[in-house]
Amino acid sequence: MGSLLLPCSLVTPYSPLPIRYSLVQHMANVTLRNVRKTYLGGFEAIKGVNVDVGDGQFCVLVGPSGCGKSTLLRMVAGLETVTGGEIDIGGRVVNQVEPADRDIAMVFQNYALYPHMSVYNNMAYGLRNRGMAEAEIKTRVEEAARVLELSPMLERKPRQLSGGQRQRVAMGRAIVRQPKVFLFDEPLSNLDAKLRIAMRVEIRKLQRRLNTTSIYVTHDQLEAMTLADILVVMNGGQVEQVGNPLAIYEKPATTFVASFIGAPPMNLMSTRPEEIRSQLAGSAAADAGILGIRPEDFVITDQTPAGGVALPLTVEAIERVGAETFVYGSREQEEQRVAATPGELPPGEIIVRIPGTEAPAIGAKIRVAAVRTKLHLFSGDGRTRLEA
Amino acid sequence: MVEEEGFRRYVAHIILWIGIAIVAFPVYIAFVASTQDNALIANGQMSLLPGGHFFETYYQTIFVGTSGSTREPVGNMMLNSLVMALLIAVGKIAISIISAYAIVYFRFPFRMPIFWIIFITLMLPVEVRIYPTYKIVADLHMLDSYAGLALPLIASATATLLFRQFFMTVPDELLEASRIDGAGPLRFFWDTLLPLSRTNMAALFVILFILGWNQYLWPLLITTRDDMQTIQVGIRKMITTTDALTEWPIVMATAMLAMLPPVFVVVAMQKLFVRGLVETEK
Repeated sequence: MGSLLLPCSLVTPYSPLPIRYSLVQHMANVTLRNVRKTYLGGFEAIKGVNVDVGDGQFCVLVGPSGCGKSTLLRMVAGLETVTGGEIDIGGRVVNQVEPADRDIAMVFQNYALYPHMSVYNNMAYGLRNRGMAEAEIKTRVEEAARVLELSPMLERKPRQLSGGQRQRVAMGRAIVRQPKVFLFDEPLSNLDAKLRIAMRVEIRKLQRRLNTTSIYVTHDQLEAMTLADILVVMNGGQVEQVGNPLAIYEKPATTFVASFIGAPPMNLMSTRPEEIRSQLAGSAAADAGILGIRPEDFVITDQTPAGGVALPLTVEAIERVGAETFVYGSREQEEQRVAATPGELPPGEIIVRIPGTEAPAIGAKIRVAAVRTKLHLFSGDGRTRLEA
Repeated sequence: MVEEEGFRRYVAHIILWIGIAIVAFPVYIAFVASTQDNALIANGQMSLLPGGHFFETYYQTIFVGTSGSTREPVGNMMLNSLVMALLIAVGKIAISIISAYAIVYFRFPFRMPIFWIIFITLMLPVEVRIYPTYKIVADLHMLDSYAGLALPLIASATATLLFRQFFMTVPDELLEASRIDGAGPLRFFWDTLLPLSRTNMAALFVILFILGWNQYLWPLLITTRDDMQTIQVGIRKMITTTDALTEWPIVMATAMLAMLPPVFVVVAMQKLFVRGLVETEK
């Protein structure tokens, strides 16, 4: 059985044939207005979310586990009830509409293929339930199979397919429906790292070709950055920041966003120690409580750029990954912890990213500096960004 | 498995053969007795080799029955037993899969109390509740009928529990995908859950068919007409004759015949049966 599979098809690009008219989608935007979800016990999972996803846009919800991103997606799908606010798909409020009637299609993390049905029937099932003519179903399924390169496997059962192929079937099931909106719930989490990158690119290409509004949930900030037209960073049931991924990267609105988006995370430090306070003196920045500097914005230098910040470090560890090297250094002054966030370093530890493999020796004393424009300043509670 | 060396392997095989002999010998004796002349058996002169009356004894057993006591053809008894066993097996599976579906997939008031009530009936087998059950069946005029034979035995907590456990291992996403695909509760049950339960149903069918086939007390109580007798009850009625000689060849032939359908069901469904018990393919 294994020899019949075509693993190479996973990395080959889609066939260059133009997509046929039958797969061109009607477009729709999705608007969430002050959406809330409170469970019976009183737990508030979603605390008022406002997001507007335009026609054909790819929106990514990203956040740590438990932040409510999956719940929000399932509310859009109609799998969870909405306890407050409105969900609007294509100009129609769908709060009380059954999932099947919302004109959406969903791709699940574990694919949720019907194990006893062939690939063809998995894709055709939803269309049959809608009473579509068998000839039209055949056209649509075969077209989707062609696009996803599943044509040789239409008669197989899901268990005879590899993980990546199952993922394609799940996407095929969504495509044949020609829905207004695609919903993806961490669709790549069950794949290995290499396949994940290949499928990520394919999902993006497919979405561009079909031009269907999509909402995609992930906890992987890299996936979020690469896929999104609009990035929604969530934390604790609330939206921390919405916008273009690069804009968010360059101007994170809170310390949570600053450390969640970007890997390795932004270095965050209190501005209270005299060492930093003195360097920031004489500007509005002096009022800030937290200073953030991305690892790649540091340079190892003896000079202090005007208005910038320089820090003396002792090198603790070196990570060489080929094209770049990460230097983990500790500051001489211990300081209090700043804002509990995912991927946070121990207090006083700073990551510096330098190109190439040249690096100082462990234990060496170095001095790193960042220019003024690369400083991120936040209020003391980390909830507000201050412009320097 | 580890391959044993010569001597130890022979010992193992000898022990196994002894075990088989102990189990199989009474069955063999029953078969031999069913092919011999009744007078020989009554005199205690039964040979250990099959006699020459095979065809006439089995013909008489199936189509005529004993000449003395019941005079009911065993063929008819087998038909009764078969109908009862099939009704019980199919009925139990149908009822329990539906109730398990309700308990696992629907939120309704008193869901858990209802589940516990079903669970508690495990502790009340037919023997314990036999008087009230008899009264109800009698009041419904179902004595001496297939319905009366099968209905009281159809409710099954065991099968309900088994299906409940199986349903709980089916990923929720399958239900959600079905909902998005426009399948209502019945469609999901019919198109997804039933096909996935196939091996479980087969395993249960084997167990329940044999359970139904071997029913003794209940059929004994509620059947009075000879033509409604089941084979298990019939065998015993053939023996309890005080004023005549027990026709042992016919009794033994009946016993052999009573064994055949369960053997046939087990052999025919063995593959599915084993898969249903061990497999957790989703």
